[in-house]
Amino acid sequence: MSAITNAAATVLAQADVAEQTADEAKSISAASGAGMAYGLAAIGPGIGIGYLVGQAVQAMARQPESAGQVQTTMFLGIAFTEALALIGFVVFILLKFV
Amino acid sequence: MSTQADPMNTRIEGPSPAMAVALDMARRSLWLLPVIVVVSAAFWGVNGVASTLYALAIVVINFLLAGWLLAVTGRISAALMGAAALFGFLLRLGLIFLAVFAVKDASWIEFVPLGITLILTHLVLLFWEMRHVSASFAFPGVKPGVTPNPYLPDN
Repeated sequence: MSAITNAAATVLAQADVAEQTADEAKSISAASGAGMAYGLAAIGPGIGIGYLVGQAVQAMARQPESAGQVQTTMFLGIAFTEALALIGFVVFILLKFV
Repeated sequence: MSTQADPMNTRIEGPSPAMAVALDMARRSLWLLPVIVVVSAAFWGVNGVASTLYALAIVVINFLLAGWLLAVTGRISAALMGAAALFGFLLRLGLIFLAVFAVKDASWIEFVPLGITLILTHLVLLFWEMRHVSASFAFPGVKPGVTPNPYLPDN
């Protein structure tokens, strides 16, 4: 009788371990996915802002009298590009914390 | 004849348009405030309102910090302003991450309204400002009478 009880306990313990392992695997993959989403979402805007700012600085250096207009447009461009990174960040927090 | 361009020695003199735009967007966020409070209260209750207000504060501070960085570094050199824009992007992303990470275990935090507000207010304020800026560029003579802005030259 006790052998049967022991076997049942062992099976239950193994099921617990399997469940824990599945939970851990799920949380690990969610964390990896979140990190990938955030990291990849920051690369594109980084390249975009670099290009945008480089061209704007060139324009301001060539035509300092139009620096105000260029700077306004550059600021809006940076903010629009940054929205992509923000979307990646929101995906990250939703995957990680929700 | 080629035009000599030296970003290292070019300084952006005078008031900063970036700071003016950022202040303008901060002012417009006050108009959005009642709308987002009502919407988040309807869907997520008091916690949703708190999270939404926190997200709005993050967006506004993000814009102001970006404008301030460009204003300060532009007075030194255009090249430094470019560097500040690029590294400022990373810095501000890091600060937003820290701001959200700091409250992740708070009892009042709701991540869904926080995320939605972060994206929507950022985009709505930007499109609103872009419309205003486009109109100002296209019809410079018919600018509406706005409150005096210390960062803009006298019109």
